[in-house]
Amino acid sequence: MTNASPPTPLLQVRGLTRRFGGVVALDGLDLEVRPGTVTGLIGPNGAGKSTAFQCISGVIPPDAGQVLFNGQDITGLRPDRITGAGLVRSFQIARGIPRLTVLENLLLYGPAQPGEGVAAAILRPAAMRAREEALRERAKAVAARLNLTAVLDNQASALSGGQKKLMEIGRALMAEPRLLLLDEPVAGVNPTLSAEIATHIGTLRDEGLTVLIVEHHMDFVASLCDPVIVMAEGRRLVEGSFAEVAEDTRVQEAYMGRRAHA
Amino acid sequence: MEAYLVAMLVFAGFYALMALGLNVIWGLAGMVNLGLVGFFAVGAYASALLTTKLLWPMPLGWAAGAVMAAAAGAIMALIVARLRGDYLAIVTLGFAEVIRLVASNEIWLTNGTDGISGIPGPWRGDVSPQGFNLIYLGIVWTAVAVVFVLLARLSHSPFGRVLRAIREDQDIAAVAGKPVLWFKVRAFTIGAAVLGGAGALYAHYNAYIAPDGFAPLLTIYIVLALTAGGVGAMRGAIIGALFVIALLESTRFLSAVIPGISPVQKAALREGTIALSLILLLRFRPQGLIPEKTRTKATP
Repeated sequence: MTNASPPTPLLQVRGLTRRFGGVVALDGLDLEVRPGTVTGLIGPNGAGKSTAFQCISGVIPPDAGQVLFNGQDITGLRPDRITGAGLVRSFQIARGIPRLTVLENLLLYGPAQPGEGVAAAILRPAAMRAREEALRERAKAVAARLNLTAVLDNQASALSGGQKKLMEIGRALMAEPRLLLLDEPVAGVNPTLSAEIATHIGTLRDEGLTVLIVEHHMDFVASLCDPVIVMAEGRRLVEGSFAEVAEDTRVQEAYMGRRAHA
Repeated sequence: MEAYLVAMLVFAGFYALMALGLNVIWGLAGMVNLGLVGFFAVGAYASALLTTKLLWPMPLGWAAGAVMAAAAGAIMALIVARLRGDYLAIVTLGFAEVIRLVASNEIWLTNGTDGISGIPGPWRGDVSPQGFNLIYLGIVWTAVAVVFVLLARLSHSPFGRVLRAIREDQDIAAVAGKPVLWFKVRAFTIGAAVLGGAGALYAHYNAYIAPDGFAPLLTIYIVLALTAGGVGAMRGAIIGALFVIALLESTRFLSAVIPGISPVQKAALREGTIALSLILLLRFRPQGLIPEKTRTKATP
């Protein structure tokens, strides 16, 4: 159920538009994510969900429209700035850095490491070592909650598909996000692990994190997401609880196609 | 024979320095640089000109060579910011050719294809030629050691971790909150500084530099050295440089011991042997002699 008087949205997307040549991937998308929710973003293939993520996270600049995060205009900012502002995304295909270990993949997302400066990297001042130790402890805690402790020192390329998905979430958590954008977190994951991932995300929400999820597994969306936003042809079609949108004939048409003779 | 060996070890030092410089740019940050001989030339010419025309002391000339090459590297990194892979290879290759052509044609500055001679060397003339070689051997390998220690620290730091991430997937590095371009510029600058420093040391060892000493073949040798040694591993860069020098030089003698072949066949046999050795090495050890390893552990 959605609230009658919603609090100020954490994320507001207004009129977001993006074309690839002649293809209009986003055609004036409007959406809002309220704080403390796990909002689902669903829609048939080609609806523009992934492009929306690309534009919101700054990986691809939008042609038009506005993205407001926490009241701040982040439209077209570089991805590292958007991450720095507290909006962190995961990738659809778990893109681990294969030749770094799981621990290093997690540490990579750690903010404010002075050792990323050249002089500090060579001189290794106490501030850098202390920060590295703090990030390491944080990474271990993140790994522990995602059952990745045993594989921390393994190369990311050696992980199973499900573990890569977990690491994808873990990395994003390392960046201390306020809003987490998860792109198909359970695609290709077995049902047991899928339920486990849903539990993890639910716990994160209870701890105060806001999450926006693109996902095709409807059981997963039904169990976790409220509200659910349905996209079709680059726009928002419907928004409501899962039960509400599932009943909506426009949604059914978008997924199944219109009846030829109604 | 002893003089020859010492001279070869000095050259191995130049190769090692260049491979170390390339290892920051290509090995860690993943930016193809087929123009490294250009940065080497910038360092060599800068130091040679400053010490012969303005009579700067040698250590200042060496430092200036590194700084000039670093500046060229920073500019290059900004120019190629959006290029990757093949395109980056073409632009950097072009850069090296531009440097060589400028050196050939701006005669007022570089003396053109006649080159610059009489570049001073430390204690040259005060000691025997072999003594000078030995002194220079010490200088070059001290430089290799210092650069190795600094770059190894850089490589196994949060800075190096971000460079590796950029090498593998720069979208991820950006989403991880890292300003990718700034990291690339710094990596290119540091690598170019090492290449320029190597060039400056070479100029003062050789006493003479000319544009044809900075042909693209040298770039290829260094890329081979790093590939053979292990891309991304600083120890690999040094081992690879020694390996390539050993291969290049030992094949000279190989053709001498095979009787009854013409000089042309000898030359071809040498090139063929070098090529075959590298192919076999990379077939059976694609990660190089020293595979890249990172050192961050969950329990240090």
